[in-house]
This record gives sequence, C-alpha cells and structure tokens, in this order.
Amino acid sequence: MSKYICQQVSKGLFFSTLIIFFSFFLVLPGFGASEEGENKTDFIMHHVQDAHEWHFATIGHTHISIPLPVILYEKGHGLHFFMSSDFVDEHHNKIEKDGFYFDDRGHLETRDESRVFYDISITKNVASLFISVILLFWVFLSVAKRYKQDPLKAPKGLQSVFEPIILFIRDDIARPNIGEKKYKKFMPYLLSVFFFIWFNNLLGLMPGAANLTGNIAVTMTLALFTFVITTFSGTKDYWQHIFNTPGVPWWLKIPVPLMPLVEFIGMLTKPFSLMVRLFANITAGHIIIMSLIALIFIFESVYMGPISILFGLFMNMVELLVAFIQAFVFTLLSAIYFGLAVEEHEHEEHKEKLEEASA
Amino acid sequence: MDLITPAFGLIFWQTLIFLVVLFILGKFAWKPILGALKTREDSIDEALKAAEKAREEMANLKADNEKLLVEAKQERDKMFKDAAKIADEMKDQAKDDAKVIGDKMIDEALASIENEKNEAIRQIKDQVAELSIQISEKLLKKNLSDDKSQQELIKNYMKDIKLN
Repeated sequence: MSKYICQQVSKGLFFSTLIIFFSFFLVLPGFGASEEGENKTDFIMHHVQDAHEWHFATIGHTHISIPLPVILYEKGHGLHFFMSSDFVDEHHNKIEKDGFYFDDRGHLETRDESRVFYDISITKNVASLFISVILLFWVFLSVAKRYKQDPLKAPKGLQSVFEPIILFIRDDIARPNIGEKKYKKFMPYLLSVFFFIWFNNLLGLMPGAANLTGNIAVTMTLALFTFVITTFSGTKDYWQHIFNTPGVPWWLKIPVPLMPLVEFIGMLTKPFSLMVRLFANITAGHIIIMSLIALIFIFESVYMGPISILFGLFMNMVELLVAFIQAFVFTLLSAIYFGLAVEEHEHEEHKEKLEEASA
Repeated sequence: MDLITPAFGLIFWQTLIFLVVLFILGKFAWKPILGALKTREDSIDEALKAAEKAREEMANLKADNEKLLVEAKQERDKMFKDAAKIADEMKDQAKDDAKVIGDKMIDEALASIENEKNEAIRQIKDQVAELSIQISEKLLKKNLSDDKSQQELIKNYMKDIKLN
C-alpha cells in the first residue's frame, strides 16, 4: 500500500516538474517584451503569426532562435536562396541582401519596383509543417507495417492507439454521412485531413512550436481541398439542387435567379466556414494562453505567476480537447459536404420528406 | 491584418505537402490499414457465423441424441412390458396346463378307483354268491328234511331274489 502511494507521489512530482518546466517555456517569449517595456503583449501576436526564423526566447539581449532558409522566386531570374540570418547583422539590425530586405511587418520587400518575386521561404510554419508530416509518415507507415504483417492479429502499441480513431472516422463520420456505397473513395482524404489537423493542433500546443493550424493560409488550403473534392464529385443531382432546386416555386428561379444564387453562395460559404472555424479556434486558444501569461507582465507582480500558470494549465487542457474537436469537426463537415455531393435521392421521396418536415 | 491575410508561400507549401501526404499515406498507410481492418472484420464475421453454425449443429446433435435416448427408453419399456406379458401368459398357460393335467389325473384316479371299486364289488358279489351257495348247501343239507321250512325258505329266497 505504502509502496503504491510512494509511486503515486513520485509520479505526481514528475508530472508537476514537467508542467513547471513547460510553463517556464511558455513564459520565456515574454521576457524580451517585459524588458522593452513598451508593449507587454506584443509577443502574443508575434507567436500566432508566421516568421522567417524560429524564435524560442529572448533573454536579455540574446535571441534564442533558429535561422530558416529564405527562398524567393523572381520572375526572369529564377530562385534565390538565403538564410534568414543573412538579413540581420551581428547587432540584430536589419540589412539588405541582394536588394531584398525585411520591412517592419517581417515581409520581404525590394526597393526596385520592377522586380516581381514570390516568397516561398521555409518559414517557421513551413518548417513545422515538414516536422509534422515526417511525424505523420513515421507514425502511420509503422502502423501500416503492423497491419501488413498480420491483418488478423489483435492491435498493439501505436496500432491500438490509432485503430479506434481510424474506425471512428470510418464508422461514425464517413459511413453515416456519405453512405455505404461511396464512402470508401473519400476515406484516404478524411483520414489524412483528420490526422494532419489533429497532429498539428497538438504540435502547436508544444512550447515554442509554430501555430500552423491557426494560420489562415493553411486552413484555407485545407478548406479548398474539401471544396475541390466536393465540386468534382458532385453528381447530376447535386448540381440540379444548386441551379434548379426542386420543390421551390418557379418565380424564385425566373426571371431573377434568386434561389440558384443563394445555393451558389451556400456552396462557397461551406469551405469558407471550414477555413474560418479552424483558424479562429486554434488562434484564439493560443491567444488566450498567451494572454494569461501576459498578465504576469502587465501586473508586474510575481504573485500573478501561480494564477497565470494555473489558468494557463487549465486552458492547455481545454486546448488538448479543442485540438481533437476541431480536427473532428473539420473531418465531419467535409464528410457531410461529400455526402451532399454524392447523394442520390428519389425526388418524390424528397418532397414528401420536406412536406413532413414542414408539417 | 497579417493574421487574416493568407501568405502565398505557405499556401504553396501546404498544397504541395498535403498532396504528398495524401499520396503517401493514401497509398502506403490508409490502403493497407483499411484493407487489413476489412479483412479482420470479415474473418471475425466468418468466425462468428461458423461458431453459430457449430452451435446449431451441436444443438441438433443433442436433440438427435435425446430423441435416440427417448426412443431407446420407449423400446426398453416396451420390451419390459412385453416380457412381463409373456411371463404372465406363460404363467397362466402353465397354471392352465397344470390344472388340466391335474384334472386329468384326478379323473383318471377317480376312474381307476371306480374300476377298482367295481372290481372289488364284483369280487365281493362273487364271494357272497359263493358263500351264500355254501351256506345254502349247508342249510340245505341240514334243513331240507322239513318240507315246510323248505318251502318257507324257498319263498323267502324267492322274495329276496325278486327284490334284488
């Protein structure tokens, strides 16, 4: 009995040490800000946005950061390769390199108006993207290997962690929303998008990590994937429902195509809502945790520390849940949109249903 | 504003990388995993069906066994009954036979007794006749001198003879 208690206590000590350690990391980005004394919450926006270097902390005047590659594609000149450290001197002053420089917002600019270029740098988010994808490949290829070895064996290890989730996506998201006949085609996308979002949400919660799924470019790309797949798998029925909705009075379609217009806008708002939902939820979570930490610097009191850390810890736990929920919601809604696109209904039955619903 | 302005570079990398993810995971992870899950589910289904079938067969077998047992019991009961009946019949038969034989023996005994009796009576009659002849001889020898008594005697004899 006493041995058990000892184990529990040591376990508890271990975890609390771990939490304090991580909380320390959470606080680190704030040190620089408090030194400057101008804007104590700058580090929040700095964290949730992308950057050309991976900044971990600033202690005094020492920046702890990893320089990242800057890649520019210039029309007529091809690709330019730099490191982000090429654009600052040893005193952290901004300098120009080959006519390119960072403006105040951290964007690459050139003074020559005639130069047209695209910034495809390996930013903090892109680097984070690579890491997450390597992790995804490592996890799921090793899991797949297990299945290939003996499909009839009971799952174990990593396999038993992910099997219930894969089954959940198949049996509770894809099957009921897309239909038994057509769900198989969409499974690879749904599984990929779910685990991509979930892994990146969780990675984003790590101290010093990038805010990838809270970046509008990433969520927009993911939403566009769903939109493109929905559009290209739309059946005749789907398009008819958009441009010539059955069961709607004719004067809503001719001469002013009011209903088709509404339906068409609906087609676009679906991916738009996907984009905004994921972006806003994840970014908001990060901002809340950071704000709780910022309270320490605003109050300039050490007594705020425990409160901030306690609330920050609580928010972190909530974010763990949100990480899963947002991945789930994105996948579920994608499945529902695919289901709507491939649905084949008998119109008589459909009308009856509508009448029943209105009655 | 930067927060809600999608950066070109990130869109480019995200599209590229996500396509790679879709391809690699789709081909080397989801396909074998989903295939294996299907295989396993099918095999579990089959195993369950086989178990169900085996259970049904067992039940059938048990029912058959019970039926056989019941039949065997019935057969046995019937045999017992038959045997008892046969035994009874044999007993009755034996009794009847014994009775018949006994009756016959009694009849025979009676008949032989009757015969013996008749024989004895006949012999006694013969002896009586002989004795009476001897007595009559003696009487005759002694009393035939007297006519009157002779006649009287003859009369008595005659009377007796008629009666007899």
